[in-house]
Amino acid sequence: MKISRKQFLKLTGASLLTLSGGKLWSALAYAGQAVAHPVQLIRGKQLAMLIDTRKCAEHPDCTGCIEACAKAHNIPSFKNPAHEVKWIWTEPFENVFPTEETRFMPAGLKEKPVMVLCNHCDNPPCVRVCPTGATWKREDDGIVMMDWHRCIGCRYCMAACPYGSRSFNWVDPRTALGDLNPVFPTRTKGVVEKCTFCPERLAKGQLPACVEACSAGALLFGDLNDPASAIRTQLETQRTIRRRPELGTGPNVYYVI
Amino acid sequence: MRDRAWILLGLGAFLLLLSSPLWWNMRARAGLKGPDLVSPADQKDCVLPAHEMNVSHMQLLLQWRDKVVRQEIHSFKAYDGKVYDMRLSGTCLSCHEKAKFCDRCHAYVGVKTPYCWDCHIDPAQTRPALARRSPQ
Repeated sequence: MKISRKQFLKLTGASLLTLSGGKLWSALAYAGQAVAHPVQLIRGKQLAMLIDTRKCAEHPDCTGCIEACAKAHNIPSFKNPAHEVKWIWTEPFENVFPTEETRFMPAGLKEKPVMVLCNHCDNPPCVRVCPTGATWKREDDGIVMMDWHRCIGCRYCMAACPYGSRSFNWVDPRTALGDLNPVFPTRTKGVVEKCTFCPERLAKGQLPACVEACSAGALLFGDLNDPASAIRTQLETQRTIRRRPELGTGPNVYYVI
Repeated sequence: MRDRAWILLGLGAFLLLLSSPLWWNMRARAGLKGPDLVSPADQKDCVLPAHEMNVSHMQLLLQWRDKVVRQEIHSFKAYDGKVYDMRLSGTCLSCHEKAKFCDRCHAYVGVKTPYCWDCHIDPAQTRPALARRSPQ
């Protein structure tokens, strides 16, 4: 059989297209997936917290929740702010809600201390960037959990978290700890840590340490997916705000101002 | 064949020399003393039979770690049906003393102290009175 130069080129082109077609198709399909908004399907509960800053403000010197958390989780207290490790702490209103600022605000609101902690987001950016799977969103209760055994200290999660909820252990935390709580581990130098909503307490049917310690009742903890829960009732009966919802992270810590 | 005796003697000496490491080891092992471990006085059963704990406690601890942290399973049913909380400080060290059990054996066999203790706390350091479980 004789084949002309033109026919040969046509055949080669067609074969190449057929061979690469599958790959091209899968690449396009993958690009489509990556662009689609990554909405996570939540199967079980979504644990959340409602912080009533009005009740907090009634007790300006109260640090009960912070102390209870520090004691429960062996959180070191470094004097050097660069070494600070924080799970739950206060920040001025203007820093917590930068977009809520108006020209004429009630006196003192800008400086008003607001409790902040990990938001246990619906779509946590920290989880997406973690290269080792040391942080993940638990499917059954929505907690953004950490496995300190697996954390390699790359701090991608700290860069990804828009709320600054994560701290890095620059120094061995045991050098800045008083009495240790023997039932909870400390962390080691080179590991990232944050609030975990106390899964070790939830497993025993207890509330998170901060919620239990709050005598003012400013912290309400519960399941957002349960229509009968107290937190759902509260969210449905009063106006609440979240930190930077425009980012699409879906924070699960709500505030009453 | 006049040197038969010498040859046999030499051969015997050579074999003796060749097998000397074996004799040496047998002699050394006769006087060998194991690590001086302090076992819990009031507890006889561990979560696995003792010989299994000897060889595979490290795998067990890794399994416990993954189950608790990643799979949210907290209790472990032992071979004898008893149920334990899967916790290193809370369960293992409520019976064993780290310094007189874990560390002594690790030192004896020349195994580096694992980095478990960089984070997990030896209760003996925080509450000396409760470090040993007192029979009630």
